[in-house]
Amino acid sequence: MVIIESTELNHLLEGLISRGYLLVGPTVRSGAIVYDEIRSAEDLPRGVGDEQLPARYSLRRRDDAMFFGYGVGPVSWKKFLYPPRLTMFRATKAGKGFTITPGETEPRPRTAFVGVRPCELNGIIMQDKVFLGGPYVDGAYKKARDNAFIVAVNCTESGANCFCASMGTGPGVTKGFDIALTEVLQGKRHYFTAEAGTSLGKEVLGALSTREATDPEAKAGLDAVARAGTSQVKRMDVRDLPQLLNDNFENPRWDDVAKRCLACTNCTMVCPTCFCSTVEDSTDLTGTHAERTRKWDSCFTMDFTKVAGGNIRPSTRARYRQWLTHKLSNWMNQFGTLGCVGCGRCITWCPSGIDLTAEVDAIRGNGVHA
Amino acid sequence: MPLKKPKVAVFKFASCDGCQLSLLDAEDELLLVAGAVDIANFPEASRRVVSGPYDIGLVEGSITTPHDVERVREIRKQCRVLIAIGACATAGGIQALRNWKDVKEFTRTVYASPEYISTLDRSMPVGSYVHVDFELRGCPINKAQLLEVLNAYLNKRKPTIPTNSVCMECKLRGSVCVMVAQAIPCLGPATQAGCGAICPTFDRGCYGCFGPMENPNTSALAAQFEGLGLSRHDIMLSFRKFNAYADAFRKESDAHE
Ligand code: SF4
Ligand code: SF4
Repeated sequence: MVIIESTELNHLLEGLISRGYLLVGPTVRSGAIVYDEIRSAEDLPRGVGDEQLPARYSLRRRDDAMFFGYGVGPVSWKKFLYPPRLTMFRATKAGKGFTITPGETEPRPRTAFVGVRPCELNGIIMQDKVFLGGPYVDGAYKKARDNAFIVAVNCTESGANCFCASMGTGPGVTKGFDIALTEVLQGKRHYFTAEAGTSLGKEVLGALSTREATDPEAKAGLDAVARAGTSQVKRMDVRDLPQLLNDNFENPRWDDVAKRCLACTNCTMVCPTCFCSTVEDSTDLTGTHAERTRKWDSCFTMDFTKVAGGNIRPSTRARYRQWLTHKLSNWMNQFGTLGCVGCGRCITWCPSGIDLTAEVDAIRGNGVHA
Repeated sequence: MPLKKPKVAVFKFASCDGCQLSLLDAEDELLLVAGAVDIANFPEASRRVVSGPYDIGLVEGSITTPHDVERVREIRKQCRVLIAIGACATAGGIQALRNWKDVKEFTRTVYASPEYISTLDRSMPVGSYVHVDFELRGCPINKAQLLEVLNAYLNKRKPTIPTNSVCMECKLRGSVCVMVAQAIPCLGPATQAGCGAICPTFDRGCYGCFGPMENPNTSALAAQFEGLGLSRHDIMLSFRKFNAYADAFRKESDAHE
């Protein structure tokens, strides 16, 4: 473990830029911290924190100069790996048939993700299973993923909607990063402990003027991360969760949540693990060119479950139940883990303030138990 | 490409012409459209009138007079495919605000000789009088969506016009939710997509121009508005706008009278 002084953070970013990486990271826009292109440490939300509650998000000025003193915002990294819209191919009429050209002709830039939180890194690892696991690999995802360099940042504070500790996905990273940082601010001492997770990460760190962390320096970082975990107020009770939901398909709580759910799709859009998409075909007026586009979709839209003969989930009750049951039960059968990393985004960005941990508690409270 | 170009006619009822203008505003594509279809009747663009029957009729505006009723029935007979365009033609428009009032009282107040005014008590969508093949929402409609509908017709495919919420458009384009981050009441969660989430992207709440989405939960949204400090009256007004008479919005506004 090495030390990067806070004043040297920009050298790390410059090092990545000089290796040809496009930087994406946290920055303030429209009253929130979003992930977007950044050019230097100047663009980071230094001294900015946030407050999150169900359906409420606000930024606040911190009384210190932390670079990463905020919780996850509305944008997740999936937008860079699994873009909201992707042209899959183009077709042009040629004689009786079509000639097909690939949709993405530009090479994807090598991208460094700066400030990936532990829950988010686990979200990426889950999406890796979805898009790269099994016999069919998503080519576009693979390209983006192979080109990504991950600078993870451990959490030293938890927000009111965070529940990674109970999901086992945070607040410290254990795998999947190129470099992992922990930001430590004690009085006037402001530094990062840094650890490489890959040989490339080691190389990038090695090119900086760092030094080995002393024991107290390393311990200060570890303690801060541990405190973020123990101070976390929200938790998901995961005991037998897949079975609990399977046994409670007709629980009255689904009617209750359906009264509050807007079927607006926000929860699925902001979720770092949700991966559903739809495919849209378009033509030009003359019918000589056609294009196929993949677009994020959601289990909350009607089209999602429209099949010949009708709609298999016509009610919001059925839709919410599908979403929660997929995330916290069927995902296990499909991918061997739960589909939630405890980031709390769906709680903050649900305009109705529906909290999945509270829904699970309610079902556990009045439900059928095996 | 069809051998004979389909004949398209545009008709206007009670409306502001904004939807027709959306078609004119499709500058880059307009020539292509003109190449692909025969624009037989389009008063905003040309005085040329070719008599029916027509392959496609685009109807803008709401039905507000007995004469409108006769005319729209005649138009229906003349058009193989009838498409209602805009909030007026699909929900009665902003002028449907009069549906809550006594229209006779208005005519008495406004006109010197109210006996010459022949009007219905309610401003209604085209679909409440004749069969409509497709309703294209919006106040005004989105020109890209109008082109998509024409395009789909020409290429004999289903138009891709999503009926989900505006929220999805915000999220697809990366706009931050104004209701959550800025406590601004927004109709987006109950409103059909189509505009590309223009207002929330510019820090305004959605005004509901595209009418209720596919399965709107307006009462849950109203409860959130209440939490944001809106009075009963303000909640009523927020649902009573350009699509005031669309079923879900009408009921929700009535619930807060
Ligand atoms: S379900 Fe909610 S808390 Fe869990 S990963 Fe998705 S957005 Fe985060
Ligand atoms: S749970 Fe919340 S965010 Fe998700 S669809 Fe329902 S209202 Fe929208």
